[in-house]
Amino acid sequence: MRSCVLAVFLMSVAILGGCSEGVLDPKGPIASAERQILFNSTGIMLAIVIPTILATLGVAYWFRSSNSRARYLPDFEYSGRLELLVWSIPIMTVILVGGVAWVGSHDLDPRKPIASMVKPVTVQVVSLDWKWLFIYPDQGIASVNQLTVPVGTPVSFELTSSGVMNSFWVPQLGGQIYTMAGMTTRLHLQADHAGTYRGAAANYSGAGFADMRFNVDAVPAEKFALWVDAARNAGPVLDAQAYADLAKPSKAVTPFTYRSVAPDLFNGILSSGMQADAASRHTHQPSQEVQK
Amino acid sequence: MNFLGKLSWDAVPLHEPIIMGTSAVVVLAIVFILGWIVLKGYLPYLWREWITSVDHKRIGVMYIVLALLMLLRGFADGIMMRSQQAVAAGGAQGYLPPEHFDQIFSAHGTIMIFFVAMPLVIGLMNFAVPLQLGVRDVAFPTLNSVSFWLTASGVLLTNISLAVGEFSKAGWVAYPPLSGLQFSPGVGVDYYLWALQISGIGTLLSGINFVTTILKMRAPGMGLMHMPVFCWTALASNLLIVAAFPVLTVTFAMLLLDRYLDFHFFTIDAGGNPMMYVNLFWVWGHPEVYILVLPAFGIYSEVSATFSGKPLFGYRSMVAATMTISILAYTVWLHHFFTMGASANINAFFGVMSMIIAVPTGVKIFNWLFTMYGGRVRFTVPVLWTIGFMVTFVLGGLTGVLLAVPPIDFQMHNSLFLVAHFHHVIIPGVVFGAFAGYHYWFPKAFGFTLDERWGRRSFWCWFIGFHLAFMPLYVVGLMGMTRRMQHYDNLDWQPWLMVAGIGAVVILAGIVCQVVQLVVSIRDREQNRDLTGDPWNGRTLEWSTASPPPAWNFAVLPYAAETDTFWNRKQRARGKRDERAQEREYDPIEMPKNSPTGFVTAFFAVVTGFALIWHIWWMAGLGAFGALVTFLVFAFRHEDEIEIPAEQIARFDRAHPVGVVI
Repeated sequence: MRSCVLAVFLMSVAILGGCSEGVLDPKGPIASAERQILFNSTGIMLAIVIPTILATLGVAYWFRSSNSRARYLPDFEYSGRLELLVWSIPIMTVILVGGVAWVGSHDLDPRKPIASMVKPVTVQVVSLDWKWLFIYPDQGIASVNQLTVPVGTPVSFELTSSGVMNSFWVPQLGGQIYTMAGMTTRLHLQADHAGTYRGAAANYSGAGFADMRFNVDAVPAEKFALWVDAARNAGPVLDAQAYADLAKPSKAVTPFTYRSVAPDLFNGILSSGMQADAASRHTHQPSQEVQK
Repeated sequence: MNFLGKLSWDAVPLHEPIIMGTSAVVVLAIVFILGWIVLKGYLPYLWREWITSVDHKRIGVMYIVLALLMLLRGFADGIMMRSQQAVAAGGAQGYLPPEHFDQIFSAHGTIMIFFVAMPLVIGLMNFAVPLQLGVRDVAFPTLNSVSFWLTASGVLLTNISLAVGEFSKAGWVAYPPLSGLQFSPGVGVDYYLWALQISGIGTLLSGINFVTTILKMRAPGMGLMHMPVFCWTALASNLLIVAAFPVLTVTFAMLLLDRYLDFHFFTIDAGGNPMMYVNLFWVWGHPEVYILVLPAFGIYSEVSATFSGKPLFGYRSMVAATMTISILAYTVWLHHFFTMGASANINAFFGVMSMIIAVPTGVKIFNWLFTMYGGRVRFTVPVLWTIGFMVTFVLGGLTGVLLAVPPIDFQMHNSLFLVAHFHHVIIPGVVFGAFAGYHYWFPKAFGFTLDERWGRRSFWCWFIGFHLAFMPLYVVGLMGMTRRMQHYDNLDWQPWLMVAGIGAVVILAGIVCQVVQLVVSIRDREQNRDLTGDPWNGRTLEWSTASPPPAWNFAVLPYAAETDTFWNRKQRARGKRDERAQEREYDPIEMPKNSPTGFVTAFFAVVTGFALIWHIWWMAGLGAFGALVTFLVFAFRHEDEIEIPAEQIARFDRAHPVGVVI
């Protein structure tokens, strides 16, 4: 029964590895490395966990009280050699996985820039109630609920929040990082293949949380340039007033772009983003919350 | 200013059919049960023998009844979440709007941790620890009653929120700024905070009580290294409570100051720092995991030794592993927020520390294995729970170590993989253990054994249902689904969530089997009477007294200068009747007097909590004053003990002969 469930579990994981859109189907160097660590750690531990499960079932079955062939050892309560064994097996496993963890934490530190010959693109991310704002400071544009990045180019994220905490997560490109008001977190990701990947708000943030998702379009460099040009020629301007409007709670916002962004808006949000929240404070009253 | 603060008829959600229907059923059930009790004339009995009881066994039973009732409530929340997520895919919104769904998952987590797992574990400790130590009560019996009733107050406040107002929508961890006044202006978070403040004080008092009991009140001759392992795990767990719960209380107090008096501990403006809340919350939160799981480990130790007919393998290793876990418990909390951007060194350090906890835990698994090795394993229901736990928990531990690797946590944090993981350790680890303990000690508490057949059915439903319900969550987590989604657009996730929903239904069948088991066992109690006091051929002192034990537990305090004293004495007697029982001399015993202090304190605690939630200041003052008066009345009491005459004890012993006298 037990091993049956395990087999189903492993099989399903294996099947998913090929076809899912998630963590097991990475599209960039960070997500690939993270998946490799996941596989290595799982492998190391299964080598001890599976024998333990089988031994538990085997010992319990063999030493069932009705089995007259099993030897009864009513005083078997200590064995120095076995004690040594039972402490050393988990210790050795933990040394192995601990090594993986230590090296992995340093290699895949979210703040560490990705080594590349290509100049990285900087994106400033703001989580709002309940949508994502992506500011491209070098291009002078911004987008909502839609992140477009060039393929094969490191993307350097600076992230913050307008109010409540959230977490920026694109499973196929790599691990998440929290967004917190008044603080900047850093994350570096890269897409190696063109495609559209799901992005999620990973940390629950209130009533509109379920709709707070976005797509990441990874496009070739020339297409990215075209997208930037198109964005510059259409859409509203993101200044302090537009940001204050955007910061008001709203759900399931259709993606759109801003043709220009007030300089230093991100730092403004960081240091005095509270003003926008003071404005939105009253809209958080329950009676006005249901707006679509 | 309004006489009733923020409270008005608008607080009752009359327009919500699900909530109103549930509330109506609950209120009717309570009225019906109360009416039945009053009409049958049971009220004086209940008041005298249970509500005011300071007997640790009765308090233990009440804790467990409370926990099992709340298990039904928490499970109802759980199955609503599973059914909502099974249908709310694509454009569908399901049947629970966000403001309801968000309350449900917040309530589910809060109730399951604080009002199911905690009272189950504390209830079993209450019942079994003094008996295993060979003593007559805990160190502070009246305080023990206060602890229980404060926990019940928290439960009551949480359930009042169903019908009056709302519960928190900020998740069971209630991170600010979301839980701050700015983003949660309603009373939901206040219900959460005050319910947990009140019950948290009860838990802290319990912890102090048990640490004192175990360190100072063992049977004559019983050194620390002679205690049953369950007492060791109880000691470790209560030391953790004493060190961890004040942190939670202070953290919540700071959040309350933010919400009530405009302080700025955790706000995003005026220099507040929400990250500090997260930090402090998990300084309590991770030790809490071990507060719950260590006593369950103790139960598995007792069960595996008893039903293998062998001493526990590696007793000293077990003690060392238990105490190691309780120290390491304080060195890992940061793994709950690797994704907040700490430096690589910090993440790596806490990752490795978290893995190190797997070492003593692994040692325990192997020791249970070697306890069965060379034994005569009787496959009773507690053994099924134990083996089910061992084979399931190692996989839950595996995913735990995976999440302790920071780069893996970056990917899996906040996903359903994480949800699957902590259910994978808490359900087999804590819940299965509590069920094993329930079945194991039930005959000691009530004098008859539980039905084995329905017990086995319940085990298999839980075991299979658990895997059906939570294995798919690992898969959808790997596919990128985050937790707490009221609806989602990815149709690939839906089949897995439907399977999980079916799993929840199978677990429901397991719960039904448990109810049937209880009914059938009570019906057949005469056939299943335990007349010896030792239905399982036990090893520890609780089996050396009658089932159920008298109020004084032991007529003569046992002398127990070895582990498994009772078992060894039985081996030496070799089935012969112990003649010393007849020539025993009895002394009168002083027992603590029943006291309504706990119940009255809890009444005023509920009044105060409710008043503070709704800003009814005069009522809050009245409640606090009432609690103070209750304390003063207790402090100035004249007599707090009654003497049980030797003749009554002798009569009881003659009526309930036990095999071996210690």
